[in-house]
Amino acid sequence: MPTKVKKNHRKEERSLFALGNEAVVEGALLAGCSFFAGYPITPSTEIAEIMAERLPRLPDGVFIQMEDEIASLGAVIGASLAGRKSMTATSGPGFSLMQEHIGYASMTEVPLVIVNVMRGGPSTGLPTSPAQGDVQQARWGTHGDHPIIVLSASNVQECLDMTVRAFNLSEKYRSPVILLLDEITAHTREKIQIPNRETYEIFSRIKPSMPPEWFVPYEESMRGVPPMPALGEGYRFHVTGLTHDVNGYPTSRPEEVEKLMQRLFRKIDQFFYDIQIIEETACEDAEVVVIAYGCVARSAHLAVLQARELGTRAGLLKLKTLFPFPRPAVERFIRQCRAVIVPEMNMGQMSREVKRVNNGLSSVRTLNRIDGQIITPAEILKVLQKA
Amino acid sequence: MAKDKQQVVVSIYPDWCKGCGICAAFCPGEVLELGPDGKARVVQGATCRNCGFCEHHCPDFAIVVKTKRRIANNREVDHAHEG
Amino acid sequence: MAEVTQLIHHYLRHNKRFPHVLCPGCGHGIVLGSLVRSVHQLGLTKDEVVLVAGIGCSGRIAVYVDFNTVHTTHGRTLTFATGIKMANPRLKVIAVMGDGDALSIGGNHFLHAARRNIGVTALILNNNIYGMTGGQSSSTTAENCYSTTSPYGQQEQSFDIVELAKAAGAPYVARSTVLHVKLLDRIITTALARPGFNLVEVLTPCHTQFGRKNKFKTTVDMYKWYKKNAIPLDSLSKLPQEEQNQRTPIGIFVEENRPSLEERYAAITCRLEEASK
Repeated sequence: MPTKVKKNHRKEERSLFALGNEAVVEGALLAGCSFFAGYPITPSTEIAEIMAERLPRLPDGVFIQMEDEIASLGAVIGASLAGRKSMTATSGPGFSLMQEHIGYASMTEVPLVIVNVMRGGPSTGLPTSPAQGDVQQARWGTHGDHPIIVLSASNVQECLDMTVRAFNLSEKYRSPVILLLDEITAHTREKIQIPNRETYEIFSRIKPSMPPEWFVPYEESMRGVPPMPALGEGYRFHVTGLTHDVNGYPTSRPEEVEKLMQRLFRKIDQFFYDIQIIEETACEDAEVVVIAYGCVARSAHLAVLQARELGTRAGLLKLKTLFPFPRPAVERFIRQCRAVIVPEMNMGQMSREVKRVNNGLSSVRTLNRIDGQIITPAEILKVLQKA
Repeated sequence: MAKDKQQVVVSIYPDWCKGCGICAAFCPGEVLELGPDGKARVVQGATCRNCGFCEHHCPDFAIVVKTKRRIANNREVDHAHEG
Repeated sequence: MAEVTQLIHHYLRHNKRFPHVLCPGCGHGIVLGSLVRSVHQLGLTKDEVVLVAGIGCSGRIAVYVDFNTVHTTHGRTLTFATGIKMANPRLKVIAVMGDGDALSIGGNHFLHAARRNIGVTALILNNNIYGMTGGQSSSTTAENCYSTTSPYGQQEQSFDIVELAKAAGAPYVARSTVLHVKLLDRIITTALARPGFNLVEVLTPCHTQFGRKNKFKTTVDMYKWYKKNAIPLDSLSKLPQEEQNQRTPIGIFVEENRPSLEERYAAITCRLEEASK
């Protein structure tokens, strides 16, 4: 059950002993989320349950339970078009069902946040055990070439922070943002700080300021991110999942199709450094760096500290942005270190990205576990000492 | 509903007409038919009963039925502007 | 009666190319005209109307009208519409779907939208076939009819949309054909004015994909078939039982008042706000 919070304390910084899933809700509400549609699925369900209690108590907050995950994301897209900051949360099989609408949101540039609490797969897999098997699905799950932003969190405080970041990025770049958690992070209970709403940077989508008759819904611009009116505000335009021209009308003319697709990629590419979020621990003089994300990053953190005590100059690069892949950060350590280690709870979905960047420069060691158990610090330490 | 036969003019936008023939097939006054170019055309405007069938059933919004009085009024307005 | 077409022109998007993409004689254009007249009659502004459409021929009509238009994914129209209505209940949300769209791939969403009574007017443009993909059988293709995926005759029983909507709990269920435009205007206008989930099934001919495979020589023959076969609901019972089964009743089948989902949700938020004071 969510912790009861007195209303008059809401605006001030406060601490909370919270589940990862609960922290996601706190982050979302802090970011201005006022619409949640979802479908129950372990281990993400607490997010829906807490939203069901919290949202109806807020002015304009809407919670709705839909008939499946396809419908959930459909409703979220609809609400976002109507001007709401909207989100959904799901796990493995539900995330598979959402792929159709991730593509739609990407094509129509609808800001929204999807939290995927990863569990063991494929299929129904291990509903109550953690995994990191959806990393490449988050990047490439929907059909067609598309840009996407994928974030991750490794502890409860980060669940809150990264949810806020996810909303900010989605609103700034009019893109769906996927926040990947895992069963461990989502179900860990820790003390977190909930920041003051006034001091936290919250970004909302830019609305058109020109008169409606001047408005060109998908116009080219320096930023590549067109302003976005809400339905009913007087800017009547056409939204379609078909490739469209600047007016939003369907087109198959190669020059118009290319323009649209290039802009979709460009708007993410050119703001790469705003989107790339990483955290370094003991990296300055490191000879061996562990590149990790999610709950495994916690194990890696301890392993790195232990390795230092034992005399190995180890460091940790924690990836909070998984896609667009933080290539410059990773590249730096590949040049600096004799080896990088990528431990992850899958058969090598991120290490493949690291190897692509590595291109033979350094040694990339992988450490994989797919039995529904977390990779322990001891396991990482063992690889660290050998590297 | 106005039933004054003399007061109505039926006009067709040939560019929008796809020649489906619904208007010609159901027109109670047999005002319309499909011409040699496959498009609807007015053959006997005088028998129009102003029932509105063609206008309501044209899937392509290509048929306009106007009362003569209104046409005359429009002209007056146009002239006024020119003057 | 005059100015019908000019009125429609006023609501069309002036920077779209016309004539529209639909085949000659396709009834979808007639439905669009009827929808525009209904919106006009109720005095709704273009800004407050949101037309949400699915995939298929029916989905293509949204782009031509100057409302807020959303062309969604196949079968998911009602999920988008639900999100839009819950996010902003002041908007007049209209969902336009085809038969394959609403009942096959979107069957689940259709049942649930009716069950939860979300404030959306749903138009199902039923042409008994998948038109855009080239004439495959749909869940409303009648038994023994031909299509590219039932070349030896459809073996499956078809859905009756009206019965389905009734069973799912829709408070307003009506049916018309595109030939019966006055009835169509009336039921769409009524549906738009009502709260909650309002279902309007429109029988609309697809000569290109359905008619040609099923012994209709021209598109006009299909309209004549509607004229012969459709019968007002209240006249149906006057016919002998055998004949009743062969005719298609049109009219209003259900008209009840139940609070819509967004109204009930607003009541809950009000109650919570009162309690917290």
